[in-house]
Amino acid sequence: MFNDLLLILWIIIKIIVIVVPLLLGVAYLTFFERKVIGLMQSRIGPNRVGPWGLLQPIADVLKLLTKEIIIPSASNRYLFVIAPMLTITPALAAWAVIPFSQGMALANINAGVLYLFALGSLSVYGVLVAGWASNSKYAFLGAMRAAAQTISYEIAMGFSFVGILLAAGSMNLQDIVLKQQGGFWHWYWLPLLPLFVTYWISGVAETNRLPFDVAEGESEIVAGFHVEYSGITFALFFLAEYINMIMVSTIAALLFLGGWLSPFEGIPLLGPLFAWVPGIIWLFLKIGGFLFLYIWLRATFPRYRYDQIMRLGWKVLIPVTLVWVVVVSLGVEFKIAPWFI
Amino acid sequence: MAEIRNYTFNFGPQHPAAHGVLRLVLEVDGETIVRADPHIGLLHRATEKLAESKPYNHSIGYMDRLDYVSMMCNEHGYVLAIEKLLGLTPPPRAQYIRVMFDEITRVLNHLLWLGAHALDIGAMTVFLYCFREREELMDCYEAVSGARMHATYYRPGGVYRDLPEKMPQYKTSKWHSEKEVARLNANRQGSLLDFIWDFTERFPMRVDEYETLLTDNRIWKQRTVGIGAVTAERAMQLGFTGPMLRGSGVEWDLRKKQPYAVYDQLDFEIPIGVHGDCYDRYLVRVEEMRQSNKIIRQCVEWLRKNPGPVMADNKKVVPPTRMAMKEDMEALIHHFKLFTEGYCVPAGEAYTTIEHPKGEYGVYLVSDGANKPYRLKIRAASYPHLAAIGEMVKGHMIADLVAVISSIDIVFGEIDR
Amino acid sequence: MLENYLPILIFIGIGLVIGMAALIIGALIGPHKPDAEKNSPYECGFPAFEDTRLPFDVRYYLVAILFIIFDLETAFLFPWAVVLHKIGLYGFLAMMVFLGLLTIGFIYEWKKGALEWQ
Repeated sequence: MFNDLLLILWIIIKIIVIVVPLLLGVAYLTFFERKVIGLMQSRIGPNRVGPWGLLQPIADVLKLLTKEIIIPSASNRYLFVIAPMLTITPALAAWAVIPFSQGMALANINAGVLYLFALGSLSVYGVLVAGWASNSKYAFLGAMRAAAQTISYEIAMGFSFVGILLAAGSMNLQDIVLKQQGGFWHWYWLPLLPLFVTYWISGVAETNRLPFDVAEGESEIVAGFHVEYSGITFALFFLAEYINMIMVSTIAALLFLGGWLSPFEGIPLLGPLFAWVPGIIWLFLKIGGFLFLYIWLRATFPRYRYDQIMRLGWKVLIPVTLVWVVVVSLGVEFKIAPWFI
Repeated sequence: MAEIRNYTFNFGPQHPAAHGVLRLVLEVDGETIVRADPHIGLLHRATEKLAESKPYNHSIGYMDRLDYVSMMCNEHGYVLAIEKLLGLTPPPRAQYIRVMFDEITRVLNHLLWLGAHALDIGAMTVFLYCFREREELMDCYEAVSGARMHATYYRPGGVYRDLPEKMPQYKTSKWHSEKEVARLNANRQGSLLDFIWDFTERFPMRVDEYETLLTDNRIWKQRTVGIGAVTAERAMQLGFTGPMLRGSGVEWDLRKKQPYAVYDQLDFEIPIGVHGDCYDRYLVRVEEMRQSNKIIRQCVEWLRKNPGPVMADNKKVVPPTRMAMKEDMEALIHHFKLFTEGYCVPAGEAYTTIEHPKGEYGVYLVSDGANKPYRLKIRAASYPHLAAIGEMVKGHMIADLVAVISSIDIVFGEIDR
Repeated sequence: MLENYLPILIFIGIGLVIGMAALIIGALIGPHKPDAEKNSPYECGFPAFEDTRLPFDVRYYLVAILFIIFDLETAFLFPWAVVLHKIGLYGFLAMMVFLGLLTIGFIYEWKKGALEWQ
């Protein structure tokens, strides 16, 4: 009994060790985003709170915490309050299976990819509930858009996962990463390039980021599903969106870019030179690269229209993934080296 | 099973894409727009009525506040009407200055339009790039009139004063070090004309920059090609003018067709579109910016070579100089009378139009011989364009509505007046 | 085996707790001054014309049905993908036949215009 309690306590400590840096990461991701976009747009970004504006995210959190929570009179009160929780919980819980380095995972389960896929699908419910409970037309339109968009891109994303499973022969995230050993050219981004691109586009779409941010579509439906939310209730949606962004980047790094593996593995001179770098650093660098890509996309592209997003999902991404899944399965069937052994 | 119904809801005035205070009552089927009904008047300030109770020269400032992104062009239309009634011709230098500032204003307006249009379609960066250039043009306004927006620079008989010989400078502050200020002031060392010349040297490259981000962008094209298309014939029936009409392929520009000021002495071209959709209107406006740049350069060259008076020599209308007022009692009294009582304008009526950045801007002025207008009627350039919005967006989606609203370039100061 | 999933359960619990705690803190330290205008649903500054909950055509009913089919297919593909290198040519061909059928269905839907917005 005592041992069980100890075990649970140990697990909770581990969870806190994951969640606290994650939340800090989100806070500074917003800062990073504003700074990077600022530089891309020939302005300076936040620079007033603290040295170089470094305390800006803290100020934002405090501000959002002390704002009034407005619950519209026409809304369904309980659903309205539950919706942000429904969004944040799966966003956080998905981190349970992420391996940060060799053996560094909270739960090393064999159905890792399936679990991520399942929790990814859950995140849309919070958005749907929020849009419905608000009882406002803009919120409702946003929720409908989010639902349609998510279900369309989920399939393409699922198919790109199938490609990974085919190549790795496992659903365990650690195994998938370890299968990619052998340096840059052995990672799955190369043999699964179409799936990699599809995954990334679907990932951007699933997190409702530009150019696919029609669910929020500031200039069209104002703020979409969270138009009625204020203060911390809004902050939770915001938090979930950014956690999901980091999540999508992490999955991309794990599945397609060899996770914590060094890119110089197997290269005569550079390999040993960088052998001392801990795996987790490589993983963070890769995640950072993807996050930068998110911000870059946002600074560059106009927004797609709703039906154009659906068309891209159904008529481009799904056919591409379908074909490539067949190609990969052929590769696996006939054991094409070096990737499908 | 209940019957499926259409949604009816308000779009604006509290909406990021309402461009001020547009209120549209939308009826949508799914996301497809069935009916869009513009409701206006939320920014009504009774400019026309106010003008009836004031001497002529008091209302110039109100003109700035009509279309508050193309200030001097509004002034130009009004001042021309007064001059027509008075039979007054401003000296050529004043006319060149007016044309130069009309074109600077056109660039200002189109930059804001481009930025807002791109922002509405989701391309955020273009907006900030456009504002970077607007900042410099606003500095020109400031240098010449002291105000960055509401200049009241054009006066009946010419312009308020000649172009300044030096530019205002940035000063060091907590946020700007010596070095930064020196960099910011680098192109402000000479006269205003040098500053404008320097701007026109760089501006075409800046336009290329916007075009790199948008013109061939697939998403941009998907969002604008074929959206809100109006045929040439229909555009004329609807009373379109300016870039809206030219986007539909009608070569109509008052600067060429009924030249005013010195436009007939300048070399420029009128870009026209083909399909009359948002994309063509975008292309037309971008090209207009390049043409305006060309006109500004011609004006700068002329103005450098030809110094001279900037006010007509008519003591009944034109106030005495500052110098004269300091020494001469009569001049001071005259100045006081001119700015409180104004001057009487011969009875009659005049309609003057100018090619405003948004289209044809007309001022219809009726005088009964008093010092105040009997009636002032303003033809707002974008009013007919807004009236056609229901027709333009029908069958499109909500996202396209936003693209169309921003592509017709409306400003409510002007529409509601 | 199953004890591997215990951390996940706890994590979900903690996720809920974080969400709830944030809301409670926000409710406690934020002001609370409701008024009728503030609490009215947002419709760009004017009173709403009608209720939001009308029978409303959302236009992608068919897409939603298609999604169910394809999502089931993904669920079907997952286990197959994991064991493909063990089940040999027979397993491979069986799935190819299935995928072929599905593709035909997909093409049919496409040609029928189920994927068109209008």
